[in-house]
Amino acid sequence: MSSDGPAQTDLGFTDPNPTLGPKYGPVKAIAIPIVSVLLAFAVGGILIYFQGVNPFTAYRVLFESALGDSDGLLRVMQKSTPLIFTGLAVVVGLRVGLFNIGAQGQLTVAAIGAAWAGYHFDLPTVVHLTFALGFGMLCGAAWASIAGVLRAYRNVSEVITTIMLNSIAIALVDYLASRTFKEPDQPISRTPLISDSAALATFGVIPSGFVIALIVSLFFGWFLIRTTEGFRFNTVGLNPNAARYAGISVKRTIVLAMAVSGALAGMGGAVETMGVVGRFEPAFNAGLGFDGITIALLARANPIATIPAAILVGILRTGANSLQFETGIEPEVVDVILALTLLFVAAPIVSRYIFRINAKRKSKSKGRS
Amino acid sequence: MRARWAWTLTVIILVGIMFSYTQDELRTTSVLSFSLRYAIPLIIAAMVGLVCERSGVINIGIEGQLLMSAFAGFFGAAATGSLIIGTLFGIGTGLIMGAVFATGAVAWKMDQIISGTIINIIATGLTSFFYAQGQVLPASTPVVAIPYLKDLPLVGPVLFNNGLFTYAAIIIVIFLQIMLFLTIWGLRTRAVGENPSAADTSGINVQRTRFINVTLAGGLAGVAGAYLSLEAAGTFERGFTAGRGFTALAIMIFGAWNPVGAFAAALFFGLTQGVASQLQADEVVDIPPQFINMLPYVLTIVLLAVVAGRVRPPAAVGKPYEKD
Repeated sequence: MSSDGPAQTDLGFTDPNPTLGPKYGPVKAIAIPIVSVLLAFAVGGILIYFQGVNPFTAYRVLFESALGDSDGLLRVMQKSTPLIFTGLAVVVGLRVGLFNIGAQGQLTVAAIGAAWAGYHFDLPTVVHLTFALGFGMLCGAAWASIAGVLRAYRNVSEVITTIMLNSIAIALVDYLASRTFKEPDQPISRTPLISDSAALATFGVIPSGFVIALIVSLFFGWFLIRTTEGFRFNTVGLNPNAARYAGISVKRTIVLAMAVSGALAGMGGAVETMGVVGRFEPAFNAGLGFDGITIALLARANPIATIPAAILVGILRTGANSLQFETGIEPEVVDVILALTLLFVAAPIVSRYIFRINAKRKSKSKGRS
Repeated sequence: MRARWAWTLTVIILVGIMFSYTQDELRTTSVLSFSLRYAIPLIIAAMVGLVCERSGVINIGIEGQLLMSAFAGFFGAAATGSLIIGTLFGIGTGLIMGAVFATGAVAWKMDQIISGTIINIIATGLTSFFYAQGQVLPASTPVVAIPYLKDLPLVGPVLFNNGLFTYAAIIIVIFLQIMLFLTIWGLRTRAVGENPSAADTSGINVQRTRFINVTLAGGLAGVAGAYLSLEAAGTFERGFTAGRGFTALAIMIFGAWNPVGAFAAALFFGLTQGVASQLQADEVVDIPPQFINMLPYVLTIVLLAVVAGRVRPPAAVGKPYEKD
C-alpha cells in the first residue's frame, strides 16, 4: 500500500495522481456521467419545486431558451467555447497529476492580454489574429508557469499557488483595466474595443472560436494518446517514480504541462475577448475556470469528452438567465445542479449504489499497478 | 535552523512594534487590532487544516466549509434573532460539512484533493442559490473587555478588549497544542497521520480516528465561519470568504503543523496587511488599492516558496488508508 502510492512531497500534498475512481468499461464510462447529470437535475428539480415553480416548466424554459432558436444556439456555442478550453486545461493538468484550479486566473490575464494586443496594434488581419491569440496564450502560460515552476523546483503545491494566482489575477486585471489599459474618457473600467483585424468572425450561428475549440480538443485527444510527449505526461501522472526511473525528466514535464495547461486556459480567454466581448471588462468571465474543473471531471480527464461536457454546461449557463426572467428562479440553481453533477460523478455514489461497482476491490488492484 | 530564523524574525517584529508604540501610540494600537482581527479566522481555519493533516487527510475544502457555516451562522442569526443560535447553526453546519468531507475522503477513500474541491464547489453553489438580500443581524456581537488586563499598555486594548470569538480562537490554539502533544488522543492522531499501518497494528482504528477528527475539524471551520459573518463582517455576501481557507493551509505550513506556530504565522500575515493598509490610509506611499488586496495572496506564494523543503508534513498525509 505505501511504496507504490502517490509520491510524497515536502508540503503535505501528494502528487495528486487524481484517482478518478475505478476504471469502467466504455458503456459505464458513458452511462455514469449521464445518470449523474439526470440525478442532479432531479435534485435541482426538488429545489425548484420548493421555490414554488413547476420543475418541468422551469427545465423546459431553460432548454428552450438555449436550444429553441438560432439566437440561443449561438449563445450556447459562445458560452461553451471558453469552457471547452478551461476544461481541457484542467484535463491536461490531471493527466500529469497536477490539479490546476487556476484556469480562471490564467484565462483572465489572457483575456486582458489579448485585448491589449487587439486594440494597441494595427496589423493585417491574419497576422493580428495570430498575434492576439498567441499573446493571450503566452499570458496564460506564463501565469500558470509560476505555479508549475514552484511545483517542480520548490515542491510547492500547485493547488494553493493556482488559487492564490486567481485572486492576484483578479486584482491585477482590475488595476490594468482601471488605469494602464483603460479606455479614455469612460466612467467604466474597461479596455478600448479591439480592432476589426483582431476580431474573430462568426459564420451564421457558428462562432469561429467554437470551431477552434473543437479542433484543439481533437488535437489533444491525439496528442495525449499518440505522441511521445503525451506518453510522458501520462506516465508522470500515473507514477512519477516510475517515470523518473524510465529516464523522463519529471520536473521538465511538470513545467511543460503546466505551461500547456495555462496556454489552453489562455486561449479560452483570448477567444472570449476576440470573438464575443470585443474588449476586456473585469468580471465578464467570472466562473469559467471553475466550471472547467466540473467539466474535466465529468469528462473523466478525456479531451474529446470535454466537448459534450462543456456544451452541457454551456446550455445550462445560457438557459439560466431566461430561467430567472421567466420563472423568477435564481440563476444560481445552475451552480447547484453542476455541483451535484460533480458530486455524483466524482464520488462513488452513482457507480457504487446504482451500477454496483465494487470500488474497494478495484482500488486495491489499482494500488498494485 | 528554521527555528532560529523564525525567532529572529519574531524579535525584530516585536522590537519594531515597541518602537512604533513609543512614536505613535494610537496608530500602533489600531494597526495591531486590525492585524489580530484579520488573523483570527485564518488562525481557526488553519487549525482545521492542522487537525486533518495531522490525521493524514488534506483538507482543501476548508474554504467551502467556512462559506457554508458563515452562511448558516448569518441567516440562522437573522432568522431567529439570536446570535447564539446563529453561532450554533454555524458550528452545526461546519460539523455536517466536516462529516460530508470525511465520508468522501476517508470512508469512500476518494482522492482527497478532489473531495475537497467538490466541497468548495457545492458550498459556492448552495450559498449563492439560497442567498437572500436585505437580511440583518439582530445585534452586533458584544465586545468583552477583560478587567485589569485591558488596562495594560498596548497589549490591553489589542488583546483583551475583543469579541468572544477572538478569545475562543486563542483558547482553541492552546487547547490543540496541549491535546496534540500531551494526550492519548494526540498521540493516536499523530500516529495515524505519520504511519497508519503501525497505528493499525497497535490497535488504533485508523479509519474511525480519521473520520472523527475530520468531522470535528469541520466544527472548528464552523466557528471560523460564524466569526466571519457574525463578528468580523456582520453580514454575508456571495463568496465572501475570499480564499481564506486556502491561505489558512499556507499558514498551517509556515507554522510547521504546530498550533502555536500557525498562530504566529497568522499574526504575521495580519500584521503585513495591517501595516500596508495603514500606510495607504496615511498616504505615506501611493499604492493602488488593488495591490493592497493582492498582498496576502502574493505573500502566501512567496512564503511557501521560501519555507518549502524546510518543514516536513505528516508522512502519510494525502493517502487513503488501505489495509494490507
